[in-house]
Amino acid sequence: MKDSKSVLVVGGGIAGIQASLDAADRGFKVYLVEKTPSIGGRMAQLDKTFPTMDCSICILAPKMAECYRHSNITLLTYSEVQDAKGSIGNFEVAVLKKARHVKEDKCVGCGICTEKCPVKVPNEFEMGLADRKAIYMPFPQAVPRLTTIDEENCLFFQKGTCRVCEKLCEAGAIDFDEKPEEIVLNVDAIILATGFDVFNPKAITAYGYGKYKNVITAMELERLICASGPTDGYILRPSDGKEPESVVFIQCVGSRDQRYNPYCSSICCKYAIKDAVLIREHHPEIDTYVFYIDLRAFGKGFQEFANRSKEEYGINYIRSNPGEIREDPITQDLTIWYEDTLTRTIKPLTVGLVVLCTASIPRPDNKKLSELIGVELDDLGFFRASHDIDHPVDLTVPGVYGCGFCLGPRVGDIPHSVMQAGAAVARMSEELAGMEEA
Amino acid sequence: MKDEPRVGVFVCHCGTNIGGVVDVPEVVEYAKTLPYVVYADRNLYTCSEEGLNNIRDTIKEYNLNRVVVASCTPRTHEPLFRVACQEGGLNPYLFEMANIREHCSWVHHDSKEATEKAKDIVRMAVARSLWLEPQEEPELEIKDSSLVIGGGISGLVAAISLADQGFKVYLVEKEAELGGLVRQLYKLYPTLEDTSEILNPHIEEAKNHRNIEVHTSTTIKDIEGYVGNFHVTAIKNKEQIEFDVGTIIVATGAWNYHPPEGNFQYGVLDGVMTQLELEELLKEGKLERPEIIVMIQCVGSRVGEIWSYELVGLFHSQATRLLSKILGARGSEEGWAYCSKICCMNAIKNAILIKEQFPESEVTILYQDLRTYKEYEDFYRRARKLEVRFLKYIYEIPPEISEAPGNKLRVSFYDPFAGEEMSIICDKVALSTPLIPSKDGILLAKKLKIPLDQNGFLMEAHVKLRPIDTQIEGIFLAGTAAGPKDISESIVSAKAAAARASILMGNKVIKTEALTAVVNQDLCIGCGLCEELCPYGAHIVKDGKSTVIEALCKGCGVCVVACPQKAISAKHYTDDQILAAVKNAFTEQLT
Repeated sequence: MKDSKSVLVVGGGIAGIQASLDAADRGFKVYLVEKTPSIGGRMAQLDKTFPTMDCSICILAPKMAECYRHSNITLLTYSEVQDAKGSIGNFEVAVLKKARHVKEDKCVGCGICTEKCPVKVPNEFEMGLADRKAIYMPFPQAVPRLTTIDEENCLFFQKGTCRVCEKLCEAGAIDFDEKPEEIVLNVDAIILATGFDVFNPKAITAYGYGKYKNVITAMELERLICASGPTDGYILRPSDGKEPESVVFIQCVGSRDQRYNPYCSSICCKYAIKDAVLIREHHPEIDTYVFYIDLRAFGKGFQEFANRSKEEYGINYIRSNPGEIREDPITQDLTIWYEDTLTRTIKPLTVGLVVLCTASIPRPDNKKLSELIGVELDDLGFFRASHDIDHPVDLTVPGVYGCGFCLGPRVGDIPHSVMQAGAAVARMSEELAGMEEA
Repeated sequence: MKDEPRVGVFVCHCGTNIGGVVDVPEVVEYAKTLPYVVYADRNLYTCSEEGLNNIRDTIKEYNLNRVVVASCTPRTHEPLFRVACQEGGLNPYLFEMANIREHCSWVHHDSKEATEKAKDIVRMAVARSLWLEPQEEPELEIKDSSLVIGGGISGLVAAISLADQGFKVYLVEKEAELGGLVRQLYKLYPTLEDTSEILNPHIEEAKNHRNIEVHTSTTIKDIEGYVGNFHVTAIKNKEQIEFDVGTIIVATGAWNYHPPEGNFQYGVLDGVMTQLELEELLKEGKLERPEIIVMIQCVGSRVGEIWSYELVGLFHSQATRLLSKILGARGSEEGWAYCSKICCMNAIKNAILIKEQFPESEVTILYQDLRTYKEYEDFYRRARKLEVRFLKYIYEIPPEISEAPGNKLRVSFYDPFAGEEMSIICDKVALSTPLIPSKDGILLAKKLKIPLDQNGFLMEAHVKLRPIDTQIEGIFLAGTAAGPKDISESIVSAKAAAARASILMGNKVIKTEALTAVVNQDLCIGCGLCEELCPYGAHIVKDGKSTVIEALCKGCGVCVVACPQKAISAKHYTDDQILAAVKNAFTEQLT
């Protein structure tokens, strides 16, 4: 490519990060737009990654830092796409940079403001299992390393008082008057990498999520089992802070289920195996059970890992889709009624903690983006590829590509997201080179 | 040491990460007492704009010729500090990092002891810094042409992508025809398009692309050189051809496993065939009437020896063993422990095709776990609507096949849902067998020094985050050479391989590793141990002396440790440098 081309990448999870790095290394000027205050996405929240048991943030953080440092990448965090028009080679995209109320060029990320802020808010990164403040750093390895004031909870914005952070900030970085700013970007191509949301299992009342404290989701468990998480990696029950004697994982909560999501989320069997193994590593005395319909340990190294989880770690696998969970009002233990389909018996199992492996679902933002950019969504709400087999990362508008989980569960895991990111960059380079020739 | 060392020490609070445990001002005062330290100060965040500018300006102001930052891990932050040194006019390799966060404040709670340990770590870093020498990162030119090995769907897609981006591509295929294993397929899931509709346009495009030179009936004889400058020798119809390329994409594909004769009565009873053989019958229209067909999943996969994951990274010594396993797979009972991932969908696809053609056919799929991941769940439902029967068998009791009267076959198995032995009398049995590593892949891996994984597939540089790169710079993996994939996934990986290769070639030059091994020619006795051990092929022994090809050396240090003459040293990690740090771990005062 002769002149420097540019691309807008929407979403700063692993897929968007990799697409940005590949595109920037290929010579593109990259604008990486992320709606939360930091890049990192879901992968930053995971404790370990299967099947190699790498610490997730430890392998991700260098890539986040590289995005920040790369001379071809402009990070636009806490920003959202507002409008888009044009076509391949000439898109005009309006991005709204929300007011952080912390000046990017002054904040050194020391965190004094977050210590002294008096307002406590459930911490999204910790899945609500810990608190953050109204001025906060999303997580310790956040990139960029800046704090952000959340207007909805800040005393100054709500009641006009406080301003403690402003008084304490030695760098003079706090700016209550900052206004949202609209930036208009001209780019040659767009890569969407908006990732996935997690199904809220409250809808399945028989499992009692939201009602029984000791029924949690797998994302919540990821934080519980993380050494830098709210319990320092100890598995403690939300109800009493005690270690449970046994833990159960239930698969296909909201997926492979016509009532909610008909598709298989692809990743749950594998992360449940990983989490079950991690629990046994942290607490060898905790009995662990996985309830499954089909154990889908496909992909490199996973079947072997599943076998090890049984033989070396003694994970119990039960082929069943449990019907109901009941809580003992005194002990807050949970009794699961299920049919073991391999022995054809209906039994109860009483455990201390239940982990629901919930479906991965499309981001609601996909709809807005599809309307702004004109790309189609599939029936499920993920971005539709222009051809399932032959053009798996092309979306239905030329010059717009997708990578990662926003394309649907596909293969859904991290390596495939990384490959899709590369593929999107290759497709973009091919098509723009073709235009130049024509 | 030529110049008198002038060391600057920058101690970081890292907010409260370090400062909350370690008494940072005390560490600074201590650093000031160390010999050759002419400057020591602290920052709240050394990595902030302000901290980095401070390093840059202090180097100039104090005429520093060594910089030590006591903070976090070099893994994430060394590049940043090196750039700051460079901006201050200092060679970036005259920088040393002391990790007082991960190695100290994060793992200790007692402030006093942690502070003492931080001082020890700083003293060691300062001691090592005195011995540091400037290093250069040589620049290497990258030829803007690529070799793609394998003309299956992955090779074709990778080649076309690079060619479309303006790079010259040599596409080498050992068979007379392009298309690979996919050519044998009838239709593709989940769209049920004819394979030819997808494959043929790619073949035609590759053949007619002005940037692609297709060489069929061609095998790779030898590949020499390194990233940017590979010299390839190939044999085409008994004639030798040669070309020079900057990057290589390995798309050697996979083989389809055939059970050994007698296993599941394969090769013994008529009507027992592999799933691929059944598909070929469908393709040729040889299924002429409704039949009763049983498909058995996981034949040759999810069985056999299970190796622990730590064994990943088998080097060349394992290649021979794996090779005999693959070749022996046609004659031994040994199967493969992994899940081949595509067989469930393939079986369902063929079942749907049969039921659509002959609705009166009876098709049963015997499975262990039905792995119709992602939207393929719909595909599974579609088969069930067509009354394809899905029955489970368990691993411990594999189905048995025997003859039945009237030229029929009997499949007996234990159905755990019913809790009973069952048997089905049928006309045909299709065995769903896995994709296995190809012999060509393993032999090529040996030639290119790419490690193999536990099963004999080519191993990626990092299974999560670098699934396309290999450990050898400039060589990338596409398609099933790295493990089972379906067509769509193969296409994604092939495009990604093209992207990774295009980055190198598009940039035209790269900076290579500065920290390479150096051979002291006076001490070398030419024993060849380094040449034998080097995983990157960077040592060449000629005329009784070993030399290092810097472009290939990754600075891993294997040769340094192995050399019986102590003739090899690693730049930036010399014995003097390491021992300086080690000695100072145990002394109170810098020596």
